[in-house]
Amino acid sequence: MEIEGISDEGSDGMTRRSVLAAGAMTATLSATPSLEAKPLPKSDAPQLTKVDLNVNGKRQTLSLDPRTTLLDTLREHLHLTGTKKGCDHGQCGACTVIVEGRRINSCLTLAVMHDGDAVTTIEGLGTPEDLHPMQKAFVVHDGYQCGYCTPGQICSAVAVLEEIKAGVPSHASEDLLDIAYSDDEVRERMSGNICRCAAYPNIVAAIRDVAGESKA
Amino acid sequence: MKPFTYVRAADPVEAAREAAGHPGARFIAGGTNLLDLMKVQVETPGHLIDINKLGLDKIEKTSDGGLRIGALVRNTDLAADKRVRRDYGVLTRALVSGASGQLRNKATTAGNLLQRTRCAYFYDISKPCNKRKPGSGCAAIGGFSRSLAILGTSDACIATHPSDMAVAMRLLDATIETVNPDGASRAIPIADFHKLPGSTPHIETALAPGELITGVVLPRPLGGKHIYRKVRDRASYAFALISVAAVIGPDGQRFAFGGVAAKPWRVEAAEKLKGMEAIAASVTLGAATTEQNAFKLTLLKRTLGAVLVEAKA
Repeated sequence: MEIEGISDEGSDGMTRRSVLAAGAMTATLSATPSLEAKPLPKSDAPQLTKVDLNVNGKRQTLSLDPRTTLLDTLREHLHLTGTKKGCDHGQCGACTVIVEGRRINSCLTLAVMHDGDAVTTIEGLGTPEDLHPMQKAFVVHDGYQCGYCTPGQICSAVAVLEEIKAGVPSHASEDLLDIAYSDDEVRERMSGNICRCAAYPNIVAAIRDVAGESKA
Repeated sequence: MKPFTYVRAADPVEAAREAAGHPGARFIAGGTNLLDLMKVQVETPGHLIDINKLGLDKIEKTSDGGLRIGALVRNTDLAADKRVRRDYGVLTRALVSGASGQLRNKATTAGNLLQRTRCAYFYDISKPCNKRKPGSGCAAIGGFSRSLAILGTSDACIATHPSDMAVAMRLLDATIETVNPDGASRAIPIADFHKLPGSTPHIETALAPGELITGVVLPRPLGGKHIYRKVRDRASYAFALISVAAVIGPDGQRFAFGGVAAKPWRVEAAEKLKGMEAIAASVTLGAATTEQNAFKLTLLKRTLGAVLVEAKA
C-alpha cells in the first residue's frame, strides 16, 4: 500500500498530492486515449496528521498518514536507516530505539502517537569518528556477525544499563528491592533482542565492559 | 493496515464519547497488541482514539490503604514502583515475567487487561475463528491446541487469556474502574471482568461500547509470601503454558492460575484445602482437554507443588 510522503508544506507550496494531481492532469492532456488517467477518487485520500519529533537532537516536522509506524518514519521519511526492520511485529528487537529515555519497539508504535517526543536512534548515540562507549565495546568484543540486529542491540543495551541503575526489577532479580548488575540480569533484560548469528556471549561481554564489571 | 482516522483525546469522558460515536473505533494507548493485530488485519478499526494524553498515569494511595493504578501506567513503571515491589510482590513478579523490556516500557495497565489471545487461529485470517468472526467455527479444536485452555472452555472456543499481570490482579482481588460515554463511572471486580467464551467468544470483557478503563484499584496489601511461578517454552519472553500466582501466609493462602482459561483462573474453595493433590484437583474440576494440551493438568499440579515448596523455604 502506497503511503503518502512528506508534504513539504511551506517550501514550495506543493504537496505530494498536488504533484500527483498535476501529473494526472498532464497525462490527460498528452496521452493517447487508451492511457487516459483519472484523478484518484477523493475517498481514497489518506488523512494526513502533523507530527513534531525531536530526532537525535534535530526537530522534524512531518505530515504523515497516521498508519506510519515510528520505524517507517525514521527509515523512509527521515532516511535514518540505521534502525532496522526485522519481524515488524515486536518480536525481534531490531527496530529498538530510545524514546523519551526509554527503549521501545519502533515497529509497534505509530509516529503520530509521539508528537513532541525525543527519539534517539543508533545515529544519535555516536558517529564513526566518535563512537558511543557501547558501540566501541561491541566492536572490541566482536558483539555481532552479520550486524543486522546490532543497532537494536546497542540501543537496547544502553537503556538496559540505565534501567538497572534506576532500580527497575526484572525476572532475574532475586531481591525486588535491591537491583544490581549481573550477567543473568543482562541476559534476561536483553531477551527482546534476537541475534540469529548467536553473538550472545560477546554481546553480554560488551555490556559487562561498559557497566564496568568484570566476568563473574 | 486498513486506513483509519485518528484523533487525540483530551479527557476520559470525551474519549468514551468519541468511541461511542464511531462504531468500530478503538482506543490506542501502548499499541503493542493492537497494532500487531492491525498489521495482520485481525483488527481493522476505522477510527483510532489516542488516549495517551489523558493523564491517568499515576499510582496513588487509596484512603483504605490500597493503591489506585492509573489505566495508562506503563508495565515497567508499575513493576518498578517501590510500594508495589514491597507490598504487592506477586504483581511485580508477574509483570516482569511477561513480554520484553521494550514492550513493558510501552504496554499499559488497562491495555494489558485487554490483551487478545495468542491462539494461532485467531491471528490467521484464512482460518475460521469464532472469536474473530462469530459463527465461523473454531480451527483450534482439533487443530494445534498445545498452548490453549483446559478450563472454562466451550464448543465455540478454547482460547486462553495471555496476561500474567491479570493473574496477579485476580489473586489480589483488584477492581477495575471505568467511565462511560454519559460520564457515569463504575467499578468492576476483576473476577467479573473477563468473560468465559460460552457461545459468544467474541465478547471478552464486561465493558460496554465506548466504556473506558480509567484505573485499577488494589485493596490493602496481603501479608505473607508473594510468589509468581511461570512455566513456558523459553526461559524468557514467552507466554505461559501454566503460571501460578500465590500469596501464602499466616492468614491463609490464595492461588490464581494463568495459561488455562479465557480469564485468570481462581477457585476460592480450593484455598481452604491442604496439599498439592487436593488443591489441584479442586482447581481443575471440570477440565476439558485436547490430546495436545492434556499435559497441562499435570503441569499445573506440579507447578503448584513447586510453589508450595517455595513458600516453605
